[in-house]
Amino acid sequence: MAKHFRETLKTKDFIVTAEAGPGKGSNTEKLVEHIELLKDKVDGLNVTDNQSAVMRYPSLGTCLLIKEHGGEPILQITCRDRNRLAIQADLLFAYSRGINNVLCLTGDAIDTGDHKEAKPVFDLDSVQLIHLVHTLNSGKDMAGNELEGGVDFCIGASATPSADPIEPQLMKFQKKLDAGVGFIQTQAVYDMDELKRFMENFHKMDNIDGVKILAGIVPIWGAKMARYMNENVPGIYVPQYLIDEIDQAPKETKAAKGIEMAGRLIRQIKEEKICDGVHIMAIGREERVPAILEAAGI
Amino acid sequence: MIMGGNNKIIAFCCAESAYRAADRAGRLRIHYPDNVRVIRVPCAGRVSVLHILKAFEKGAAGVLVMGCQEGACRHLTGNIRAKERVKYAEDLLKEVGINGQRVKMVNFGPDMAQRFAREIEEMVEKIKEE
Amino acid sequence: MIIAERKPLEEIRNMLAGYKKILVVGCGTCVTICWAGGEKEVGILSSQLRLASSKDGNELSVMEAVVERQCEKEMVLEELGDKAPGVEAILSLGCGAGVQMMAELFEEKPVLPALNTTFIGMPEKEGLWVEMCGACGDCFLDRTGGICPVVRCAKGLLNGPCGGTRKGGKCEIDPDKDCAWVLIYHRLEKQGRLNLMRKYYEPKNYRAVKRPGKVQAMQA
Repeated sequence: MAKHFRETLKTKDFIVTAEAGPGKGSNTEKLVEHIELLKDKVDGLNVTDNQSAVMRYPSLGTCLLIKEHGGEPILQITCRDRNRLAIQADLLFAYSRGINNVLCLTGDAIDTGDHKEAKPVFDLDSVQLIHLVHTLNSGKDMAGNELEGGVDFCIGASATPSADPIEPQLMKFQKKLDAGVGFIQTQAVYDMDELKRFMENFHKMDNIDGVKILAGIVPIWGAKMARYMNENVPGIYVPQYLIDEIDQAPKETKAAKGIEMAGRLIRQIKEEKICDGVHIMAIGREERVPAILEAAGI
Repeated sequence: MIMGGNNKIIAFCCAESAYRAADRAGRLRIHYPDNVRVIRVPCAGRVSVLHILKAFEKGAAGVLVMGCQEGACRHLTGNIRAKERVKYAEDLLKEVGINGQRVKMVNFGPDMAQRFAREIEEMVEKIKEE
Repeated sequence: MIIAERKPLEEIRNMLAGYKKILVVGCGTCVTICWAGGEKEVGILSSQLRLASSKDGNELSVMEAVVERQCEKEMVLEELGDKAPGVEAILSLGCGAGVQMMAELFEEKPVLPALNTTFIGMPEKEGLWVEMCGACGDCFLDRTGGICPVVRCAKGLLNGPCGGTRKGGKCEIDPDKDCAWVLIYHRLEKQGRLNLMRKYYEPKNYRAVKRPGKVQAMQA
């Protein structure tokens, strides 16, 4: 049985989480393969929630699969597709099935996805969602009613170290810290100086006791992919020198190069103790994560 | 051709430029097609989008809006406004299924009689093509 | 003010299919200003309809009129009282409120919308209208330096920005659109009131206006 993430956060030196991205459809074969591959190699396994506003097999269902296979799931909830009633109900269900960790996100805009005419919900934002989980944790729902059977979630949120301008993001980040979080998984970082600056800012903020920062690692497999992400994926910016590096690798060794580059970043973060760990988002290439961990010396 | 085989062209001519050119063409006996009706306006900017559409409604097969060269408009930007309106009229005509090229904005000076005649001829040709 | 846009001609013609005698009615207020449904636009649309029908070999008689404000009963009746009975259908170039007022007053006639009413906005420059207000019934503008997060933030966040802001402070969904929360940040910074942005705001009351809304005002 996997160790409770909350415990891991308190006791482990360098924390590693990864992501399992569900596919479109009721066939969970590949998903279970990824879960089996990763569950024992990471401290927690996130599941994305209709990532990039593309309709997929749900995060909640996948977390159940992770539980069934003995892993430690982290439920990602966005505010885009559900209102406050649906979110509270989902959280009650999640907890009742042994899912104890939740990552509170605003959610990518509808326009980034494949159902562009859908109605965006955004009844809440990510900070309000963090507060909501605390409210449930305290035994009440948002309307003040007592719960018959409470919950006790370990709460996480995201941050964007590469935001430009950075000041508004830091103000938002402070609000999340004020609301009370146990861990932060950042958007992809590639520039260690940027990450160090972010950590400097973090250490000057209030309510940081016990909060663990996990740097987001999104491996790049090719120049085209990196350029695509720069244009289209919110919050990600791959610097030109890394695009050049992967571009120069010959086709047959591109995967190995990508693994090496990701491993290198993680190794540096670990050795220089820049932050408390990493969150690896291999987006569709979950099978390469073990190799990345190896390359990082983990 | 629309409106039952009519091939008439309406040419809205600015008094400062195109109308004087038309006049000069007449005096110099420069030949141009006779199925054109010249309408004198104080400035090309006086021509509204509705004037253009109405011309087609009333049976015109082509409309020319002829004004001063850019920078030479006596009313400063009348010819610019005319250009914008002609573009808008083009789109409106396309919506109706009428070739947008049947309306055209042209700019020239008061002594360009040959140019005047040429533009009329070109529009006549264009209408025939359909 | 209310901003609207004319529907594509094809859509309008499909609505009018089968009718031979119609009345096209503009409105002299908001839609005149935003160049969508005023007297000029009535003239233009009517002309297009006649040209199109003629081209197809169909019969279509188009009468034109403009009401000062299509959402006011007395004004509609004054202008159209004698015109409406003689037609088969009425094509309204008013906003959604105008269309519905006319539909109520002339119940036996189909009243069709020629416009898509889009938002409450203002001109950024001549002819370019931008959305400003979402009519949410719970105005937040005192706390955001006069910039509405409900409509100008793509996600309507009260504790913004989101993590998707593009470089240079542009919005996740549109690189040409400013991130509203970056705008709010700069505005509050100018006023020395960034404390307002540091505050936590509770979830919005989305039922501040129970739709369909109703307001009883007192006359002074």
